Amino acid sequence: MLKNIGGVLLAAVGAIALTIIALHRHEPVNALWIVTAAVCVYLLGYRFYAAWIAARVLSVDASRATPAERHDNGRDFVPTHRWIVFGHHFAAIAGPGPLVGPTLAAQFGYLPGTLWIIVGAVLGGCVQDMTILMLSTRRDGRSLGQMARDELGPFGGFAALIGTLLIMIILIAVLGLVVVNAMKHSPWATSTVFATVPVAILVGFYLRRWRPGRVLEASVLGVALVLFAVVSGGWIDGNPTLRAAFDFPAIPLAGFVIVYGWFAAILPVWLLLAPRDYLSTFLKLGTVAALAIAIVLMHPQIKMPAITAFVDGTGPLFGGKVFPFVFITIACGAVSGFHALVSSGTTPKIIASEGDVRLVGYGSMALESLVAIMAIIAATLLDPGVYFAINTGAGLVGATPDAAVQTISGWGFPVTVEQMQHLANDMGERSLFARTGGAPSLAVGMASIFGSTFGRGLLSLWYHFAIMFEAVFILTTLDAGTRVGRFMLQDLLGHIWKPLGRTSWYPSVLITSALIVAGWGYFLYIGVIDPNGGVNILWPLFGIANQMLAAIALCVATGIIIKSGKARYAFVTLVPLAWLALITSTAAWQKLTSSDVRLGFFAAANDLAAKLASGVLPADKAAVAPQLILNQRLDGWLTMFFLAVVWFVILDMARVSIRYLRGLPVSNSSEAPYQVSRLTG
Amino acid sequence: MILDHFIWARNVWRWLRTATGDDAYERYVEHRSKKHPGEPLLTRAGFYEDSQRRKWSGVSRCC
Repeated sequence: MLKNIGGVLLAAVGAIALTIIALHRHEPVNALWIVTAAVCVYLLGYRFYAAWIAARVLSVDASRATPAERHDNGRDFVPTHRWIVFGHHFAAIAGPGPLVGPTLAAQFGYLPGTLWIIVGAVLGGCVQDMTILMLSTRRDGRSLGQMARDELGPFGGFAALIGTLLIMIILIAVLGLVVVNAMKHSPWATSTVFATVPVAILVGFYLRRWRPGRVLEASVLGVALVLFAVVSGGWIDGNPTLRAAFDFPAIPLAGFVIVYGWFAAILPVWLLLAPRDYLSTFLKLGTVAALAIAIVLMHPQIKMPAITAFVDGTGPLFGGKVFPFVFITIACGAVSGFHALVSSGTTPKIIASEGDVRLVGYGSMALESLVAIMAIIAATLLDPGVYFAINTGAGLVGATPDAAVQTISGWGFPVTVEQMQHLANDMGERSLFARTGGAPSLAVGMASIFGSTFGRGLLSLWYHFAIMFEAVFILTTLDAGTRVGRFMLQDLLGHIWKPLGRTSWYPSVLITSALIVAGWGYFLYIGVIDPNGGVNILWPLFGIANQMLAAIALCVATGIIIKSGKARYAFVTLVPLAWLALITSTAAWQKLTSSDVRLGFFAAANDLAAKLASGVLPADKAAVAPQLILNQRLDGWLTMFFLAVVWFVILDMARVSIRYLRGLPVSNSSEAPYQVSRLTG
Repeated sequence: MILDHFIWARNVWRWLRTATGDDAYERYVEHRSKKHPGEPLLTRAGFYEDSQRRKWSGVSRCC
């Protein structure tokens, strides 16, 4: 009874918050209403929808022993307290995606992005994460690829593997680009980010040699050192000689990131990756918590309109209409296919009881979605003119500040050169024009929030702290992603020549790591030389790929639900699947066929080729044009490939489901047999 | 009264150690001595290296 009263109260508060957001269409709305609406909807989703799915669709049975209990070996299979599993799972799924995506999607106004982050998470992303986690827990912690192979067939498994590998490459490239753009001509940011590498190595030695496994001590030491690096970055910035030593244009920075990525992938994990991950996890959890507190204390007004004129597809950050591109851009903040890999990786091996699946799977994703909400708040509390000045590439608004402010003010978002200069001085940067990629604008937003809550005099410190925070966990993702990509490639190449598949054979490690790094390094390099900033091409490609991976995961889930005789409940995963299939196919189709050069890959390639042939391009643009043309065509072919893979998996799932429903034989369920739990009950 | 605070603080400390994996080796030793008494144990450093290698062989970080 009490629980129901709580639910009704939640619903009422949520409804009031949503109404206030809806009615404030032509005047600023307070960010607190957005947070309130989001939290109420998550709690309602968790309390009712997730509980219903857990009970009816997934038949959660707390009396059934989980793999952690059955295979308990004190190492990777360890029954763990639910809140600790929650923390680990959240730390694993929370990456830079939900920070960057909402920042970019803010070009449509705050409303489309906010609504999709909330609705997409509650009905799509959280459901996907929880379902895959449950299915994997019932199958001894098998991976998504293995489940696809067991339950659908070899094709499904292969598609999941290839899809993951390609997404990984695009993802790392776009994240690398975000870091490069944040460090470009910023000695403070560059020196701070560089300093995190020796700090991580020092922590690595501490944890391996000096005080093995003392994670807490080492992390406290490491976090103190990176905070010191942020402060000392300011001193470097103030010294003309040192300043020049750390002032790099984008191309050498991209070179550093590529070389770093290769070394990070071939060095032992204890030396660089593991300690860096401890630092980034601590910083991530700490910063997210601090940001939430600061937003509540500051309760800023949102300055971006609810909906901008750019919903018609003319947006400066990236081309494409609000449908389907707001969904593609938000990506991980609402639904992330990648989470299905974590949910079928480490987490199912440490879950102590099936009863914890709802908290860990659904709950973590709801929290991740709240992080995305905070990112969209940080982007939309800026003056829209400032937001567009930071995030629009020089190729579109002109290379000089005067040209940029004139163009942007002409869109109806007034901004002045003085205002931008004043802001740049506050943040300790030389210029904030055309700092594409989302990281700088998020850092300005976060610095404004932290500055107004915890001390305004420290704006430049807050700004560089935010940049360092984003860079540290982007580099962790880059490092971990390259390694996972390498394992997958070794797995694939092992079928061709056995020794290449051996993960311990060093020549194979060197070669396959180099291949993966070359893959994302290529896209990173092209992004860097692109005068429009590169993010406008790479992020939508990443979004499409990520949402397609989610579609594959939901296919596996739907197939298994139908095969378990619960076709009447299959809508739980089928509806998000249908929606993702619709938006990714529409987006892919537009990327392939649109004649708008800012949207269509082939249109852009042909347009640039024609300009190059007729000699109207200035020398610097003509020099890079052939590479850009090739890249646009390659992106087009890649999109076509993604589209084909996802539809093959959908048809494969439909084939298996229809066979089952017609009573024809299908592959047996790979579920592990029931065994009673001794831990609970 | 003061003792209560100590117990509370100790619980938080224990929870923090488990959450971060700070006590992973102690838990491993406890598990081995309970389930496989007398069998050889990894050293603290060896256990750390082994667990990191396992952790980073799969997808443990996302976008």
